Amino acid sequence: MMKLIIGSEAIFFLCLIVAYLYFWRSITFQREVSANLDIKSTVLFTAILLSSSFTFWRAEKNHHRGNNKAANAWLSATIFLGAIFLIGQGREYYRLFNRNVLISKSEFGSSFYTLTGFHGLHVLIGLIILISVLLLTLNGHLQNKNSTVLSTVGMYWHFVDVVWLFVFSTIYVLPHVL
Amino acid sequence: MKAILANDIDQDLPIAQKDRLLLRWLSTVDHKAIGKLYILAALLFFLVGGVEALLMRMQLAVAENHFLSPEAYNQIFTMHGVTMIFFVMMPALLGLTVYILPLMIGANEMAFPRLNAFSFWITLFGGLLLYFSFAAGGAPNAGWFNYAPLSEDQYSSSPGVDYYAMGLLLAGIGSLTTAINIIVTVLKLRVKGMTLKRLPLFVWMALVNGFLIIGALPSLNAALSMLLLDRLAEAHFFNTTSGGSALLWQHLFWLFGHPEVYILILPAFGIYSEVFQVYSQKKIFGYPFVAASTVAIALLAFGVWVHHMFATGLGNTVNSFFAAASMLIGIPTGIKIFNWIGTMYGGKISLTVSMMFAIAFLVEFTIGGLSGIGFSLVPIDWQLTDTYFVVAHLHYVLIGGSLFSVFSALFYWFPKITGWQLDEKLGKWFFWLFVVGFNLTFFLQHFLGLMGMARRVYTYQDIPYYTILNLLSSAGAYLMGAAVMLLLYNIYKTQKTKIPSSADPWNAFTLEWYAASPPNEKNFEEVPVVGSRRPLWDLKNPHNRDYD
Repeated sequence: MMKLIIGSEAIFFLCLIVAYLYFWRSITFQREVSANLDIKSTVLFTAILLSSSFTFWRAEKNHHRGNNKAANAWLSATIFLGAIFLIGQGREYYRLFNRNVLISKSEFGSSFYTLTGFHGLHVLIGLIILISVLLLTLNGHLQNKNSTVLSTVGMYWHFVDVVWLFVFSTIYVLPHVL
Repeated sequence: MKAILANDIDQDLPIAQKDRLLLRWLSTVDHKAIGKLYILAALLFFLVGGVEALLMRMQLAVAENHFLSPEAYNQIFTMHGVTMIFFVMMPALLGLTVYILPLMIGANEMAFPRLNAFSFWITLFGGLLLYFSFAAGGAPNAGWFNYAPLSEDQYSSSPGVDYYAMGLLLAGIGSLTTAINIIVTVLKLRVKGMTLKRLPLFVWMALVNGFLIIGALPSLNAALSMLLLDRLAEAHFFNTTSGGSALLWQHLFWLFGHPEVYILILPAFGIYSEVFQVYSQKKIFGYPFVAASTVAIALLAFGVWVHHMFATGLGNTVNSFFAAASMLIGIPTGIKIFNWIGTMYGGKISLTVSMMFAIAFLVEFTIGGLSGIGFSLVPIDWQLTDTYFVVAHLHYVLIGGSLFSVFSALFYWFPKITGWQLDEKLGKWFFWLFVVGFNLTFFLQHFLGLMGMARRVYTYQDIPYYTILNLLSSAGAYLMGAAVMLLLYNIYKTQKTKIPSSADPWNAFTLEWYAASPPNEKNFEEVPVVGSRRPLWDLKNPHNRDYD
């Protein structure tokens, strides 16, 4: 089931990325991109989000070995890293607001905030799920080694990371390549 | 021969006490109850959408009529289209699937019963939200495909389009979750022995349809999200005055919209495939071709959307590509028509109402298909786009294809769902009234379109032939209205007299008829191991069983 949800979500993001690229073709749009976006700090937050995939993988491994304490620690690290990423996104938004880049200001504003905003929303949903799983395990649930809950949640979390790779490449890397 | 079900529900699902009827319906997660709710909701919206159609035909009955104002007419044709597509055909076909599919594959429930309830309620509330727009200052009025920039708030300042976007977003999420539920159910809950090569064709179509929904609906959801951001947060996506793109909306909408019409026809193909077999008492002619051509349709569905946009001037290369792709669709669809004719050939045909609708479908859908092939030729499309020829074409495929299948399914499965049999004699009156009315209404619109009458305009001048053709077209619409009244009376009479039906009145082949009619809350206590495509036939004819 999770794979099917991911399939539909992937197409949803594909549409948003296509919409972004559709407007990106114009020169004024590209000027706004280079004037306002800063790839350096975003690379850092990208690395943080990607490393949360690693920590989640460790959590899952430990869970399946029955090593619940370590699993909880890795899960907490994942939540922490995900939260840092969201804070980073908030920081970027705040900086852009101050530079008067708004959703109602230009095509760049509209498509940038929509694409990154929908991704941020998915990270937030992922965090809520991860926190729920952590609370359940801390209270003695989900201790069965063969439970598929963690791997299902993992599929979603890794998916959100992969989507970010595409979003990041589209918004931040593309102007430096083309 | 018999095996205990592998997928028993290991604990009782929450069902409210029997004496609290309303709470029972609100809280049910039983796929049969939810299927019925879907069908009832579809019927409710069908009556509303039908009244809207009759209002339009009343307005168009004579030239320069002032029965409806232009503003009211715009709202009514928009609501008619949106209602019929999203809140009649989708819930009717998905509801039938949710009811019949688990029974057909020998399962006791859908894979996710609670998700099933969620899907239904969110779809229903989407529809109610859409209709709330009438109370909130005006219904949406930019057509069912809601073209930008007309849909932007400087041109449509009433909140109608907001309700359009929010209502469809809710219904879209509901359809997506149903699709996921259907796919998982088919892949995980089949009875022992029912391999994918032995799936009933109705289930095959539902499975392919599930993937089609997952592929198509996200595009609509993305477009609707952008539209809402445009209207509520002043984003620029489709706002042409500030640099947005009207074409982007059309691309995203039709990337959903064309697969959508296949989403409405594939379950119908599934219904016809069952109906032709049972009422010909013969197995389907060319099973693998029916299944494989459906997969081909599903794949092609995503490569034809630009044929809705030939008039936007995307250039000859693009147009030629999409024209060719659109023509290709005719091949897998044509194959199926021959499959069904081949199934009837040499069979013991019984002309029940259900079968009559199936046979009428072959004729009407072929007419709609031929006018569709015409539209794939770019110059013809340029000439006829936005005329009544389009209206005629789309109603031939949507009514003659999808709606006829729902009527066919209603008469075929009514004994299964209720335990009573609909009156065949009244049913035949209904059939003839409806089919004659339908052809009278829409066949003439081909000519109106060829003469250049534009669709979506609230009135027309008194030009030779316009008035008489429109008057006849309106008369046909009221014949259809009368036919639907007859159908309602038939249902009312049946549930009043309660003519009991046997558990298997049509001598059918598939497992839903192995269960009681109506099925018990737990569908099956035991199910035969499936050894062919017609498990029930094998059970009834052990010495002449199938091997496929």
